Amino acid sequence: MWSSRGHGQRIGALTLIGTAIVMPLVVFVLGPHMPPGKGTPVASSQVTDNTVLLVVMTPFTVFILVYLGYALTVFRAAKGEGLVDGAPVRGHFMAQLVWLVTTTAAVLFLAIFGTTELLADNGAGGGGGPDPVAKPGGSVLPVQVIGQQWEFTYRYPTYGGVETATLVLPAGRQIAFHVTSLDAIHSFWAYELGVKADANPGVDNVAYVRTKNPSTFQIRCAELCGLWHGYMSDTGRVVSQADFATWIAARKKQFAPVMKYLPKYAPSYAPDPTFRAG
Amino acid sequence: MRAKLAILVAAVLAVAVLIGFYIGFLTGGPTPYRPQASGRSVDLTLQTVAAVGSKLSPNKNWVSYLVRENGVWHRSTVWTLPANTLVHVTVYNFDGKSGLRNPFLAQARGVVGGSFAIDGKQMSTIAPDDASHTFAIPTMGVIVPIKGVDDNAPKQCDYAPCPMSNAHETITFTFRTGKKGHYRWQCFVPCAAGFVYGFGGPMQTVGYMDGYVNVV
Repeated sequence: MWSSRGHGQRIGALTLIGTAIVMPLVVFVLGPHMPPGKGTPVASSQVTDNTVLLVVMTPFTVFILVYLGYALTVFRAAKGEGLVDGAPVRGHFMAQLVWLVTTTAAVLFLAIFGTTELLADNGAGGGGGPDPVAKPGGSVLPVQVIGQQWEFTYRYPTYGGVETATLVLPAGRQIAFHVTSLDAIHSFWAYELGVKADANPGVDNVAYVRTKNPSTFQIRCAELCGLWHGYMSDTGRVVSQADFATWIAARKKQFAPVMKYLPKYAPSYAPDPTFRAG
Repeated sequence: MRAKLAILVAAVLAVAVLIGFYIGFLTGGPTPYRPQASGRSVDLTLQTVAAVGSKLSPNKNWVSYLVRENGVWHRSTVWTLPANTLVHVTVYNFDGKSGLRNPFLAQARGVVGGSFAIDGKQMSTIAPDDASHTFAIPTMGVIVPIKGVDDNAPKQCDYAPCPMSNAHETITFTFRTGKKGHYRWQCFVPCAAGFVYGFGGPMQTVGYMDGYVNVV
């Protein structure tokens, strides 16, 4: 059915055709549904990044599947044919060249694209350490995220350092999350916001995000941190500026009794060893 | 060919059985305690002890919660409670003070009236260093700090179950269960003696300082 020559050309042609068919589906059908959604500019940027990664991997995936299908179809042993070793592989300059050039180009592109994207949007929603390379200009609302086994709590230094058990953010504001921990390593993951930053004891890990419209978002711990790690989740809210002002005033009133016991706001806390620490 | 297939099927079944045993071991726990409902409320009576004792646990020196059922103290931290019902909780704490790592957790939340009582005296916070334990169901937004017994108090309890003649603090409060669900509860005070940061052993094991509330 097939001549012994031209396998490479046929596989290449089938790969191109397959890529031409699949690529529009990836870009226009799958792309808009990539995580984490478009809750913030950072999240939208991550959707774009994930779509670009898919676009880059699509021709390679199509090639592998075409190669597999081609091999199963063309190189299948005829019924009754014995097992025969194939011809020795001597190398193929053009195949090697094409493979090296395409994979090198893909890896270099991803390295440059990834580095650029990491610096875009003030750190792409990831933790940039205590002194991030990329910082937003203008007014920023700092919110401290404190991880502890097994709950996140939040401090608002702009509002007298009040601490709350729920995370509420004003819409249309640039937020600086200062993520830290009181015990084990946790990871603050605000999924729809596109924010994920490790919470390390004694470290102020800063992540930036600009909120958009009022919405809700899921908060999870993304670092295995003990017995109730799987339960360390919550739902955060982005609310209007007016609602936020009302909410924070109510929290200041609610938690006034415990404020006298809270330590002065600091980028991180190192509580004394407890009475029973081993 | 058939022999190989039979061996393969047997191997798959054996692995499935082993996985079943493993999951059963992991999910198995103390028998759930279901308090008797009285009208629109239930009573839940608990005891917290510094050392659970050999009668109630193979880890006799582990700190633990106990629950009273028909007048007898059991080491069970899985409780079944009716939905949308007031739960009147009494905690007899025989343990000393360990202190909270996060002082914010020293204020009660999610309880009826926003306060709890220690030996009959209503309050909403305690000094964080005085905390012995907490009663907390985070998903329900419930947390109550449990004040510890003074170090120099007479008649300290060595091993559970502790008689009421031993030094203790009595903490009472009420919370309302919400919708049906499977909630975890935990202690937030690192009270596990001898473990790193006080957060190992009984703090990481259901049946001691952690458990479930099944709201039905």
